[in-house]
Amino acid sequence: MAAQIFSAIFVIIVGVGGCVAYFWGANKLVDLIFPSRGVAGAAAIDNLRRQGLVRPWLFVGPAMIILTIYLIYPVVETLRLSFLDRGGINFVGLANYEWAFGDREFRNSILNNIIWLAVVPAACTFLGLIIAVLTDKIWWGTIAKSLIFLPLAISFVGASVIWKFIYEYRGEGQTQIGILNAVIQHFGGQPQVWISLPFWNNFFLMVILIWIQTGFAMVILSSALRGIPEETLEAAVIDGANPFQIFWKIMVPQIWGTIAVVWTTITILVLKVFDIVLTMTNGQWNSQVLANLMFDWMFRGGGDFGRGATIAIIIMIAVIPIMVWNIRQANKETGGH
Amino acid sequence: MAVATGNSFASRFGVHIAVLVFVAIWTIPTLGILVSSLRDKNQIIASGWWNSFSSSTQTEAGRLPAASTQVEKDGKFVLQGNIFGDGAARNISAFGVKSAAPTQYPAGTTADLGDGVTLLLNADGSFVMASPKAFEGDRGQRIYYASSAPPKFTTDNYKTVLFSEGIGRSFMNSLTVTIPATVIPILIAAFAAYALAWMRFPGRALLIAVIIGLLVVPLQMSLIPLLKLYNGVGSFFGMPSKTYLGIWLAHTGFGLPFAIYLLRSYIAGLPREIMESARIDGASDFEIFVKIVLPLSFPVLASFAIFQFLWVWNDLLVAMVFLGTEADQIVLTAKLNALLGSRGGDWEILTTSAFVTIIVPLIVFFSLQRYFVRGLLAGSVKGG
Repeated sequence: MAAQIFSAIFVIIVGVGGCVAYFWGANKLVDLIFPSRGVAGAAAIDNLRRQGLVRPWLFVGPAMIILTIYLIYPVVETLRLSFLDRGGINFVGLANYEWAFGDREFRNSILNNIIWLAVVPAACTFLGLIIAVLTDKIWWGTIAKSLIFLPLAISFVGASVIWKFIYEYRGEGQTQIGILNAVIQHFGGQPQVWISLPFWNNFFLMVILIWIQTGFAMVILSSALRGIPEETLEAAVIDGANPFQIFWKIMVPQIWGTIAVVWTTITILVLKVFDIVLTMTNGQWNSQVLANLMFDWMFRGGGDFGRGATIAIIIMIAVIPIMVWNIRQANKETGGH
Repeated sequence: MAVATGNSFASRFGVHIAVLVFVAIWTIPTLGILVSSLRDKNQIIASGWWNSFSSSTQTEAGRLPAASTQVEKDGKFVLQGNIFGDGAARNISAFGVKSAAPTQYPAGTTADLGDGVTLLLNADGSFVMASPKAFEGDRGQRIYYASSAPPKFTTDNYKTVLFSEGIGRSFMNSLTVTIPATVIPILIAAFAAYALAWMRFPGRALLIAVIIGLLVVPLQMSLIPLLKLYNGVGSFFGMPSKTYLGIWLAHTGFGLPFAIYLLRSYIAGLPREIMESARIDGASDFEIFVKIVLPLSFPVLASFAIFQFLWVWNDLLVAMVFLGTEADQIVLTAKLNALLGSRGGDWEILTTSAFVTIIVPLIVFFSLQRYFVRGLLAGSVKGG
């Protein structure tokens, strides 16, 4: 273990030192090859221009290399692998895609993913908005927000343990140590094994993600609400609008852009949700989702890269519209700069 | 936004209540595992954690002393004593001798066990067992009883998980993964961000678009090719394919788009005058970056560092693909996942381990919340 700590510290020093040395050294090298000081006027200007051509690439170079290896190449490679067999050797055409749409587990995952996509972003945004509006009106709102925000720092696995403890089941009539069943039994209901209830178990898993992400929606929306000019709200009050009208007709339309950002961000997160399903049910009882199915196929029976890649591509296809929208949005904003 | 919408007492009261309900729903789950992790392990399964401050009733099993301690009294053979030994202040409500009916007889009554054998167990644990015939054998009578014990809090669970369940080691592994994976991307991203914000070169707009596109590429797209690549590189050099170096670089790669995006939008917003006056003074881009941009960007660097730290610390997927599951490599999240499988019902282990895994993020979160929120607001397109 001492060796491990030592190697971690060593890597930090080497990594940071290496980065500094690269940037400093490369920069010096450019200055040496194309000197701009101490040479005749015309040559100096020429060299300055050459420096200007080379230097940006030195700055973005390391980032580009890493991005290419870790993200760009894999995207292309995954697409290629999705047309190959399990070992990634023989071309099989669309066989993996045909398999996917005929596979009961895959179709179940698609269906579950659609339910997740329909419920979680909507629930987080809605709850986040409500809490943001309510906490703005009370003196202890900041504390309340901090506490609701807190689960965002908790890992999905940690959150799964927390909620598994809430859903814990004991036979009927026994002392329930899971708070949900305890409450239900207290009011005379039947305790249930929540995470294996067909269909409804999906919702008990979604609750975990909603619990984590509502704080995110709340913080973003709260800051957007602060940006609404006071005058508009005052004018509405003077005109005799009631709180619901002010909320739906004045506040919500003004922060529509932010709501869209929150919604899409959580949508992407939902598409990638993996940890919660793995730790709670591992896809049993019809609770499978694409990301967990993909992980499963990466290692199932020694790993089937073709099918795993195919599932990854399906997730990617769902993300592409959001990606295009983001890039357009960013182009609009940075167009002037 | 200070405009009050409806100022009546009732509506203000309603708002307080509503927020209180939300706060309760959002904190009770975490409170549950914190309280449970500090409880005695027998009490965790005997009563809900919300009852942990009142006495808990639990059914336990014990054994009466062996026949050798019997005395003969009034023609009967008698075993006498206290099942708690001495000292324990517990209160028995019922007892039994069959595991199927552990609370058959109320405490203080004499149970007829057949063949003239009787057993009396009092609430304080003292018992009298009598028989017309001598007791035999060196194993005493099995006995079950429901007792209520006073609340008992302990840090034993933490000692157990840290030192014998391997959580302590995993904690170190998590730190080993997280710190380099947080530090390395910062400089690389900062240089790239500066170039993308303030240097003119062909292809810049395209690069920015690519980075914004990469922000949302699902991690799943990278896993299989990188796994293959790592296996290939590993076998080519005759090294293991699952190494800390591998995961540091992977986290660097996955964190870079967000880092560049976040830093670029901040650095692009720095005042143009500062850069231009420095350039007129003869400073090169490198000098401007090191002497002006880096110091001014401290807040956003801190934001990114917190994000990346939390992201890497909380990650399960990347760790499961790129690191092994042996004690010297398994990180906290993966270990917790493994414990969920192997120690399924042992809530004293699970709640305590879960709390150990979330304590570091919670501390980081509470102490640096300001920077965290700022990063969140600036880069809310990535999310997770």
